[in-house]
Amino acid sequence: MTSVSVPAERPRGLLSRPTATTGFWSWFTTVDHKKIGILYGITAFMFFTIGGSEALLIRLQLARPDQDILSASVYNELFTMHGITMVFLVVMPLSAAFFNYLIPLMIGARDVAFPRLNAYSYWAFLFGGLFIYSSWFLGGAPNGGWFGYAPNSAIDPSLGMTFYSLGLLITGIASTVSAVNLAVTVINMRAPGMTLFRMPVFIWMGLVVQLLLAFSLPIITIGLTELFFDRRFGTHFFDPAAGGDPVLWQHLFWLFGHPEVYILVLPAMGIVSEILPVFARKPLFGYQFVVFSGIAIGFIGFGVWAHHMFAVGLGPVANTAFGISTMIIAVPTGVKIFNWLGTLWRGDIRFTTPMLFSVGFIAMFVIGGLSGVTHAVVPSDYQQTDTYYIVAHFHYVLFGGAIFGLFGGIYYWWPKVFGRMLGEGLGKLNFWIMLIGFNLTFGPMHILGLQGMPRRIQSYPESLGLSFWNLVSSVGAFLIAVGVLVFLVNAVASFRKPKEMEADPWDARTLEWLTTSPPPEYNFDEVPVVHSLDELWHRKYSQTQGGRVVPVPTGGSGEALGSDPHGGGHGGGHGIHLPGPSYFPLISALGLPIAAYGLIFNWWLVGAGIVLVLAGFYGWILEPSAE
Amino acid sequence: MASDAMEVHTYESEHLATSTGLPNIKLAMWLFLASDCMLFGALISTYVLYRGASVVGPYPNDVFDIPYTSVSSFVLLASSLTMVLALAALQRGDVGRSRVWLLATALLGMTFVGGQVYEFTTFAHEELTLTTNLFSTSFYVLTGFHGTHVAIGILMLLTLLTFSFAGRLGPEKAETVEMVGLYWHFVDIVWIVIFTVVYLIPTGNPA
Amino acid sequence: MSEAERATELSSQAGPGAAPGLHPGSGHVARHPTPKEYVRIAIILAIITAAEVAIYYIEAIEDLLIPLLFLFALIKFTLVVLWFMHLKFDSRTYARFFMMGLAGAITLFLIVLLTFRVFAG
Repeated sequence: MTSVSVPAERPRGLLSRPTATTGFWSWFTTVDHKKIGILYGITAFMFFTIGGSEALLIRLQLARPDQDILSASVYNELFTMHGITMVFLVVMPLSAAFFNYLIPLMIGARDVAFPRLNAYSYWAFLFGGLFIYSSWFLGGAPNGGWFGYAPNSAIDPSLGMTFYSLGLLITGIASTVSAVNLAVTVINMRAPGMTLFRMPVFIWMGLVVQLLLAFSLPIITIGLTELFFDRRFGTHFFDPAAGGDPVLWQHLFWLFGHPEVYILVLPAMGIVSEILPVFARKPLFGYQFVVFSGIAIGFIGFGVWAHHMFAVGLGPVANTAFGISTMIIAVPTGVKIFNWLGTLWRGDIRFTTPMLFSVGFIAMFVIGGLSGVTHAVVPSDYQQTDTYYIVAHFHYVLFGGAIFGLFGGIYYWWPKVFGRMLGEGLGKLNFWIMLIGFNLTFGPMHILGLQGMPRRIQSYPESLGLSFWNLVSSVGAFLIAVGVLVFLVNAVASFRKPKEMEADPWDARTLEWLTTSPPPEYNFDEVPVVHSLDELWHRKYSQTQGGRVVPVPTGGSGEALGSDPHGGGHGGGHGIHLPGPSYFPLISALGLPIAAYGLIFNWWLVGAGIVLVLAGFYGWILEPSAE
Repeated sequence: MASDAMEVHTYESEHLATSTGLPNIKLAMWLFLASDCMLFGALISTYVLYRGASVVGPYPNDVFDIPYTSVSSFVLLASSLTMVLALAALQRGDVGRSRVWLLATALLGMTFVGGQVYEFTTFAHEELTLTTNLFSTSFYVLTGFHGTHVAIGILMLLTLLTFSFAGRLGPEKAETVEMVGLYWHFVDIVWIVIFTVVYLIPTGNPA
Repeated sequence: MSEAERATELSSQAGPGAAPGLHPGSGHVARHPTPKEYVRIAIILAIITAAEVAIYYIEAIEDLLIPLLFLFALIKFTLVVLWFMHLKFDSRTYARFFMMGLAGAITLFLIVLLTFRVFAG
C-alpha cells in the first residue's frame, strides 16, 4: 500500500516534530480525524461502563425498600456522576466519534477544516472528564445533580460542585471548538457536486448539532462561571440574601440544557436515517422533510427551555407559552418518525443488527416522545415533575433513543472502521438482551412516577408500595449490563478475525463506502465528484423503466466504482495534502486541567496551566500544519 | 491503486478550493464571534437582572466616573480605527505602516486595560470589591470577562507585531491580521453595549 | 494592479485548479473602504460617544435618555460591524452566522428578563 512521504524530522526548539502516523505514540500526536474519532469512541465507551456501574449501584440501593447499601451522600454523588457521565462523557463524545470519523468521509473530504484543533478538542474532553472524576479522590464528587440547581450547588460544602463547574467548563471548551471546526467542515469542504441537498441526512444532523453546540454552550459557560465564582470567591450570583436569584441558574442551565438534549439525540436520528434505507433497500422517504424537520427541531429547541421550570413559579403566561412551544416541537419529530416508517414500508428488509437497533430506536423513541408530550401539558407536568415518570421519559429518549441509535451505528460502521464485522449472532443477542433489559428497567418507572415516587431519593419506605416495580427495574438494569457485556465480547472477538473487509459490505448508499475498509490515511485516492443524493447507490444501480433497481454494468455507461472520469488518473495529478502529527494540541489541552486544579488548590498551578496553554498555542502557530 | 509516494505540501498556506469560496478561517471566526454574542448576552442580562437589586452599597452612582470611563471608550474606539488601518496598510503592501498601526492598536488596547485596572482599584478603595454586593458581583465579572477578551486580543496583537518585526508578516498574511481584527472589533462592539447598559443607563439607588 | 483587483486577489478566492462543481467568488470583495473613509467612520463614532456622555448630563431630556442611548449604541454597533468588520462588503454568509448569534442572544435573553418581570413598572 502506498505511504504518504513525509520529510525527515526537523528539530524545532525543544521538541522535534513527530512524524509517525502509526504505532502507539502516534495516537498522542495524531491529527487524523479517523484516529481522533476512534479515540473519542474508546474513551466514551470506557465512561459508559463507569456510568453504567454507577447506575447499577443506584439500582442496587433502590432494589428493596429501606436499604442502606449506600449512604445518602454517596447516593447523591452517584446519581449526579451518572448523569454527568452519560450526558457529557458518553453520548456527546460517542456522537463526536461518529461525526469525527464520518463527516469528512461522507462529504468526500480528506480531513476536517482544522485538524490540530480537532485533536485539541479530544484531549480537552479527555482531560475534562478525568478532572471531574478525580474529584472522587480529592474532596468528593459532584453531588448536586447533573443540573446543579442553585442555591444548593453554590453552598454545598464539599468540593464536588467546584469540580463540576470547572470540569464542565473544560469539556465545554472542547465541544465549542469542535463545533466550529465541524460546522466549517460541512459548509466548506464538501466534494465537488455535493450541494447541501445532496448531503446525507447524517451530515445535516451533524451541522445542526454543531450549531446547537456553538450557540448553547456559551450560555452554560456563563452559568458555570457564575456558579464557580459564587463557590470559590464568594460572589452573590445565586445568593438570595444578597439579592441574587437561584432561578437565574435554572434559566442559564436550561437555555443550554434543552438544546443539549437535541444535541444528544439528533446524531442518533442521523444514524438511523442512514441505516434504514440501506437495510430496506429503499431511499429515505421524504429526505427533504427529514432534513427540514431536523433544522426545525434545532431552532424550536431553543424556545422550549422553561418547560423544565414549570413548577418554579414563572407564572401562567410563561408556562403557557412554553407549554405551547413544547407541543409544537413534537411536530417535526413526528414528521421524522413517519418518514422513517415510510422508508421501511414495502422495503426489502434485512434485519441485521444495525437495522434492529434502528427499529428499536424508533419504537423506544416514540414511547419516550409520547411521555414527553404529556409533560408539555403544564398541569399534568405539575404532577409528573421530580418524579420517576420524568426519569422514565428521558431514559426512553436518551437510552432507547440515542444509545440504541449509536449502537446501531457501531454495528453498521464497525467494518468500515476496523476492517472486520461484528458477529451477527452475538449482535442480535446484544440487541434483544438490551431491549428487554432496558424496558424492564425504565418501563416500570412510568408507574412508579405516577404512584408518586420522587426522584433523587436514596431510599423509600416499604409502606409506599413501590417495592415491586423497583425490584423489577433493578433486575432490568443488570440485564442491560449483561447486554453490554455481550457487546464487549462481540467487539473483542471481532479483532480475532482477519482484517479483510471489502469497501462496501452492506451494499450501502453513501460515500464512505466508496473507499477501503478501513480507509487509507488520505481517505480517498481521488476526491469523488458527486452528482446526486445517495451518490454511491447511483453509481452502482440505476432504475429500469419499470422501476426495477438494476446494477450498473461495470465498464458501461455509468461511472465505475472508485474511479472518476473527471479525475484523470489516480491522484489526478495533484499531490495529496496531509497535515502532519503534532504534540501541541495535547500540550495546550493539558494546561486546562492544571489551571483548573490551581483554581481550587494553588495559584501557582494556575500560572503553570496558563504557561502550558500558551506554550502549546505558540508551538502550534509556529509549526506549519504540514512540513 | 495509487502509484508512488504522493507529495505532501503545506496545508494551510495554499488557498484550497472551498464549497462556498470563502476561507475556512474566516467562516470559523464569524461563527465563533456569533457564539460569543451568546456569552456576553448571558453576562449582560445577568447584570440587567440584578440592576438595582443590591441589598447593600456602594451602588453604581456612588462609584461611577462617567467622564473617566468615556475616555476609555474613546480609546477603544480609536483602537478599532488603528486596527482597520493596519489591515488596510498590509493589504496595500505597506508592511511598515501596518506595523505602526498594529503597535498603535496594541498600545491603545493596553491603555484601555490599564484604565480599567485603575478604575477597579479606585472602586476597591471606595469599598467596592468583587464580593461586596450584587452590583459588584455582576459588574466585575462582566467587565472582567470583557477585559480578559481585550487582554487576549492584545496578546494576539503583540504576537503579530513580533512576527512583523521578524519579517514574517507580509501582505500574504493579511488574512491573519484580518482575523485578529475581527476579534478586536468584536471586543469593541461588546464594550459599546457595556458602556451604554452598565454605565450610562442610570441605576436608581434603592431608597 | 487596481485596488479592486488586489482586493479580489487577497480576498477569499478559490485558487486555480479548483475542482469542477465549486463556485469561487462568493467571497468576492466589491470594494474596500479607503483609509479616509475609515477615519470618517471613526470621527462619527467619536461624535456619537461625546453625544452619549453629553445627554447623560442634560436633565431637560431625562425621559428620552434611555431610548437615545440605545439608539446611539445601535448606530455605533452597526457602524463598526458593517464597516470596520467589513460585513457590508463581504459575503452574506458571514452576516447570517453573526445574526444567528446576535438575534438569538437578544431574543432569548429578552425572554428570560421578561420572565423576571424586569421591565414591569
